[in-house]
Amino acid sequence: MHGFAFDVAHLLAGSLVLVSFMLLYQDRLYALLNVFALHAVVLSLSVAWQAHIQDAPHLYITAVIAIGFKAIIIPVALHRMIVLLGIHREVETTASIGLTMLIGLGLVGLSMAVMLRITPHADLVAREDLAFALSVLLLGLLIMVTRRNAVSQIIGFMSLENGLVLAATGARGMPLVVEISVAFSVLIAFIVIGVFLFRIRERFDTVDIAAMDQFRGDRQ
Amino acid sequence: MMRDFTLQTIAMLAVLLLAPLLTGVVRKAKARLLRRIGPPLIQPYRDLWRLLQKEVVLADNASWLFRATPYLVFATTWLAATLVPTFATGLPFNWAADLIGIVALLALGRFFLALAGMDVGTSFGGIGSSREMMIASLAEPAMMMIIFSLALLAGSTQLSVMAQYLLSPNVGLRVTLGLSLIALMVVGIAENARIPVDNPATHLELTMVHEAMLLEYSGRHLALLELASFIKLLLYLSLIACLFVPWGLVPANGSWPAFGLGLLLYAAKMIVGVCILAGFETAIAKMRVFRVPTFVGAALMLGLLGALLLFVSRGL
Amino acid sequence: MPLAFLLWCVLAFLVTAVAAIVTGQRWNATTPVYCITALISLLGCAGAVTALLTHQSAALQLPLGLPGIGANFRMDVLSALFLAIVNLGGAGASIFGLGYGRHEAFPGRILPFFCVFLAAMNLVVLSDDAFTFLLSWELMSLASWALVLAHHGEPENVHAGFVYILMASFGTFALLLAFGLLAGPGGQYSFEAIRLHQPMGMVAGLVFLLALVGAGSKAGLVPLHVWLPLAHPAAPSHVSALMSGIMTKVAIYAFIRIVLDLLGPPVWWWGMVLLAAGGASALMGVLYGLFQTDIKRVLAYSTIENIGIIFIGLGLALSFRADHFEEAAILALTAALFHVINHSLFKSLLFFCSGAVLGATHERNLERLGGLIHRMPVTALACLAGCLAISGLPPFNGFVSEWLTFQAILLSPELPQWGLKLGVPAVGALLALSVALAGACFVRLFGIAFLGRARAPVAANALETDKISLSVLLVFAGFCLVIGVVPGFVIDALGPVSQSLFHGQMPIQSAQPWLSLVPISAARSSYNGLTLLLMIAVALGLAFVAIRIAASRSTRRAPAWDCGFPNAGTLTQYTAGSFSQPIRRVFGTVLFRARESIEVPPPGDSRPARMTVRLQDVVWDVCYAPLSGAVTYLADRLNVLQFLTIRRYLSLVFATLVVLLLVVATWQ
Repeated sequence: MHGFAFDVAHLLAGSLVLVSFMLLYQDRLYALLNVFALHAVVLSLSVAWQAHIQDAPHLYITAVIAIGFKAIIIPVALHRMIVLLGIHREVETTASIGLTMLIGLGLVGLSMAVMLRITPHADLVAREDLAFALSVLLLGLLIMVTRRNAVSQIIGFMSLENGLVLAATGARGMPLVVEISVAFSVLIAFIVIGVFLFRIRERFDTVDIAAMDQFRGDRQ
Repeated sequence: MMRDFTLQTIAMLAVLLLAPLLTGVVRKAKARLLRRIGPPLIQPYRDLWRLLQKEVVLADNASWLFRATPYLVFATTWLAATLVPTFATGLPFNWAADLIGIVALLALGRFFLALAGMDVGTSFGGIGSSREMMIASLAEPAMMMIIFSLALLAGSTQLSVMAQYLLSPNVGLRVTLGLSLIALMVVGIAENARIPVDNPATHLELTMVHEAMLLEYSGRHLALLELASFIKLLLYLSLIACLFVPWGLVPANGSWPAFGLGLLLYAAKMIVGVCILAGFETAIAKMRVFRVPTFVGAALMLGLLGALLLFVSRGL
Repeated sequence: MPLAFLLWCVLAFLVTAVAAIVTGQRWNATTPVYCITALISLLGCAGAVTALLTHQSAALQLPLGLPGIGANFRMDVLSALFLAIVNLGGAGASIFGLGYGRHEAFPGRILPFFCVFLAAMNLVVLSDDAFTFLLSWELMSLASWALVLAHHGEPENVHAGFVYILMASFGTFALLLAFGLLAGPGGQYSFEAIRLHQPMGMVAGLVFLLALVGAGSKAGLVPLHVWLPLAHPAAPSHVSALMSGIMTKVAIYAFIRIVLDLLGPPVWWWGMVLLAAGGASALMGVLYGLFQTDIKRVLAYSTIENIGIIFIGLGLALSFRADHFEEAAILALTAALFHVINHSLFKSLLFFCSGAVLGATHERNLERLGGLIHRMPVTALACLAGCLAISGLPPFNGFVSEWLTFQAILLSPELPQWGLKLGVPAVGALLALSVALAGACFVRLFGIAFLGRARAPVAANALETDKISLSVLLVFAGFCLVIGVVPGFVIDALGPVSQSLFHGQMPIQSAQPWLSLVPISAARSSYNGLTLLLMIAVALGLAFVAIRIAASRSTRRAPAWDCGFPNAGTLTQYTAGSFSQPIRRVFGTVLFRARESIEVPPPGDSRPARMTVRLQDVVWDVCYAPLSGAVTYLADRLNVLQFLTIRRYLSLVFATLVVLLLVVATWQ
């Protein structure tokens, strides 16, 4: 029952929690984007492994979406936006990083206490995987709450959603997982576009393309 | 009995002779990665010999503690390195102190080194001692949490028993082991004064921690302290190898060819580890002094998380 | 009969006190009084150790005190252990006082109360009923209060005495309530009767909390610790040693007696409360200590840290006992008791050293000391041994008790309650953190006071302490080393104590090969202090011989190198505040709201630049300042009662009478 396959799945879930802690630790925006790309890669590895051991080939699609969209497209797009809009490249936090990590540790303990208590009859490894997924979710919320920068809050939201996908794929036979992933990705895309439209309007006082044409560098 | 003591003596001498070579390999690898030729591999041996031949210049107000510290630091570090299984487990001295004892021996050496930094009464010594104690106040608990996690898994704090447990098939891939490995690597970097925590190659005030405490030493005293820091690097690499890459460790009742093979395998593990360290040091820059507590504190958090996961999932 | 012998010793102390008062009017009675108390303490210690090693226990009832009830005294193995600790500390303080007492301007203010203090501490440990216990406890508090106020010319000592008597009264009140609840409706105050009908449920929990508050305030648990760093430094140094090293242990004896002996089987949440209080005390104590510049304050806060460690051990013992893991509970209890012994030894040693420094330089401020290792070499050696022991470094004794506590945490088996599952590893991390910070604290203390260059002329001209005081220092340092190297004998001596409390003991250590310490089994963990010491000595010897052979022997003295920027001024070296600055920035910003501010005058202005560090005492601001504000407010409002007319007073009396009658009428 607790063969090598389940151990690897458990290890990948634990690595996702570890990468969430690494997200909490960063204080530079570009490094945060790189670590988020790593977060998405670990998620897609976990989903692909679940597709392998559950023998559910539709989960491979979720894995490909995770890699393509969240590991490559979104970080590159955010990187270009940061350069274009000249966003301040340090992550501004409300509490010190050490205190935030301590709170994160408490949240992991809390999610273990909750998950392991309310599922007394299931398999231990499955319960711990659920607890890890809940931890990733709570840590994503923590990132959103303790950061002042819009980009870091988006990253927090996306890592929260990664936790949800981890929980969904970990549970056997959950339907519509692929459709849910696609829907979440479209939601994220619209949120990102929306945030940057607001920033563009703040910076240039307009979103009219014709008006922004004046700011092009090669015009005299 | 005689066999065991012979093996123990070989282990002690191996540790002593291999340590400067490892530092030579690190420096050479870092230089090669930066497209320089770099110093020869045996340069640390030559440095030690040169220092031994030089005269010691003592400050006017240096006390007996200043003169005794190099011997104490060397003795405790060498002893701690001997207690870590390098190529054989179950050797006679291993039962005198377990992993907590080894950490405490290193803490003893660090206590005296910090005092020696304050002895002459210069501001550089003070910088080194105060920063060293700040880093140690986080690195030591991180190490203790790693010991907790591993001891809970293996059912013992003795390194030989831990190594045998980790060689056995019922270990499995555990999240706690992964977390402990990362935490141990961070603690090793912090304790050995490597980039990104401290720069072992500079004497700039902004970047000195370990070097600042050694600033007033010269001659044979400096040689002993340099050798002690080489041995400390070997100790942490041996610890990582013994706990996380334990294949090749021979029990005490093995045959002589098995021990020879184990010794060669151990040397190979050390050199691979040191090359990885060199790559890591080249790829990353030194961090600000007040970012170091966050870095080492993260190792403490990871160790605590690993121990927490074990406590929580036991008896369920 | 050791019990009768010790009662005679107590009587001898009281007689000495009276003699000290009578003769103190005419001439300086320091030397005879201290000699007598030293002799009595040594005899008492010998009697207690004999009783402990021969597992004797005896009870006695004397017709003193209340009519019809009398005073009950008992000595069993637990009280024998603590009597040995008390009397050893008393002997050390008395002999140290022979040398140190010469600096005292008004010995008559100290000598009688010193004898009464020692007598009262012995009586607390010997008492077997609640009246005797509380009477002796109050006598102990009052005697130590008088000693704290010995130099009442300084206003800070007056403030210290005021806070101390307030907290002591509060603690006695809590203990009074606890004993009242234990005695129950039958009103049986003797401990034997209390053991026969132990309370259950809510009442037991309430007794536990009251005992924790009462004993914990005397021991120095956070947040009841505020009097300790004020009172311990205010007293003379040998009395500070007694208060920090010995009186806090008497408080722990009170707690163990009430909770582990008189109350019934424990409940799991009792252990949680102890773990939380112990962990908080350990961390906050050592952090406070790192930010002080007065040597004795640093040592007082370090006492708070060590009491936290002892309560962590007791908390583990209670939790394991409540979940019926007997082996782990015995290990945790033995670790806590071992730390009690160790702390009494090395804290007394360190306070004696601070007394020696104070006597030589008349300075307690770290910022004005330095370089004392050249002027006071033997004191420095003893202080180094004390600092190594308290930082938990081998081969001294502090390491062994901390090692045993960690082994107890690691043995913690499958704990069923979630609070314990999350709490025990967290407390383990707090313990490791405070041990590491204690190392930093004592590197700072020893480095600033003894090493470097003298920061003031008093330190440059200090003279070594007298031989008698030095002998006490070296004996205590020797004890620390010997107990660290062969701890098995002490653990075997503690066996009967855990047998009487927990009905089980650790494996016999003196039977282990090579005098190792094996708490559970050899495959699990072992520590051999003797082998470690020998191996360190052999490695040192080999290094020394190799250097003699291979290296050049020439040595030359020259001014300090200082990286090419030599500066003869002593102000350029690190101060105590600058040494703790990195740790203050890491831990102090959140916990103590530490803020640095620098004011630089404009160019051309010749005033110096100033750097100010502001720290706020979190516990005082949260717990005590609102309380004292409320009390002041209430007192102001009630002041009106002083100025009423006669008619108003009569109506008050009338109203109270009517209310009481109503209560009697409607009470079920």
